[in-house]
Amino acid sequence: MARTLINLPKTARAGDVITIKTLISHPMETGFRPGADGRILPRNIVTEFVCRFEGEEIFRAELFPASAANPYLTFTWVATASGRFTFTWRGDDGFDQTESAPIAVA
Amino acid sequence: MPRRPGLPPPAAVLALLLVGAPAGAEPIAPADRRSGFDQMGPEIQAMQRDETANPGMLAVADGAELWATPPAPGRQPCAGCHGEAAVGMRGVAARYPAWDARTGRPIDLQDRVNACRRTHQGADPLAYESPDLLALTAFVAAQSRGMPIAPPDDPRLGAARAEGRALFEARQGQLGLSCAICHDDHWGRRLGAAVIPQGQPTGYPLYRLEWQGMGSLQRRLRNCLTGMRAEPFAYGAPDYVALELYLATRAAPLPLETPAVRP
Repeated sequence: MARTLINLPKTARAGDVITIKTLISHPMETGFRPGADGRILPRNIVTEFVCRFEGEEIFRAELFPASAANPYLTFTWVATASGRFTFTWRGDDGFDQTESAPIAVA
Repeated sequence: MPRRPGLPPPAAVLALLLVGAPAGAEPIAPADRRSGFDQMGPEIQAMQRDETANPGMLAVADGAELWATPPAPGRQPCAGCHGEAAVGMRGVAARYPAWDARTGRPIDLQDRVNACRRTHQGADPLAYESPDLLALTAFVAAQSRGMPIAPPDDPRLGAARAEGRALFEARQGQLGLSCAICHDDHWGRRLGAAVIPQGQPTGYPLYRLEWQGMGSLQRRLRNCLTGMRAEPFAYGAPDYVALELYLATRAAPLPLETPAVRP
């Protein structure tokens, strides 16, 4: 399991714009670099990130080989109701990780 | 072209350059010492400050896990002797490099981690720049975040510290530069597009965006040495520890920032 850092407020008022910050530990190997033995290292990147709120998709990003290691994504959301976010990263070699975080909207 | 009076003849200037006039003879006064943090852009400063955006925190979190995990079945984890790192390790990194009585030489924090593994945990030392060694060192050093660098006042360190200063001020490599020429004499000015920092080791091991990963102070020193076109020392060489010792003296009392983020 890759280590992740997820930051969003625990509580918000309805109508507030909140910022969600996510970071995942990932080498993002481009597939263009030679390794120590001179052979090209196989591509190993995160290709897709999706954030859902109670099952409804609110943010999606496609990633490509030019993204740096440990991709950091930040986006905003208008607080509507209390619930749970899920964050899913998918990538090469069957990489698939999902984390979640709750928010309470008053 | 007629030479104007009052200018030294070119030969004298050349001779001055060749003998290596004592460049950087004056170290930076304590009141003028600045962390490289102050010279970064606001975005990278914000990235370092915010624990959920600082990628170095990934290594610190890995280190926290390693701290509590036995290196091999039946062995003590670090926490077995040292307990809670937030208590036992507070301020430790600010005092390193320190004298190691067992080997009779100064060692830095990563050498201390490996010495502990060898003598107390019966485990193999971790390779320099391996993710585990960087993570453990970052975790231990992060416990001293905000504390002023306080090099130990140990007379046995004097010789290595003087050696470190001599290395810092000696011209080396094909470009004939010394560390001091840039970092004592020309800090705050530019080398190409980059602002020259004072070279204060306040945040190691740190996350460097150019590396896209963590690195130790020795990696950074290697980087500078190859930039000067000098041959870098091998990882773990006593020359690095001597330099680290002098750098700590030169940086005190700046606060530690581990894990720092640098461009």
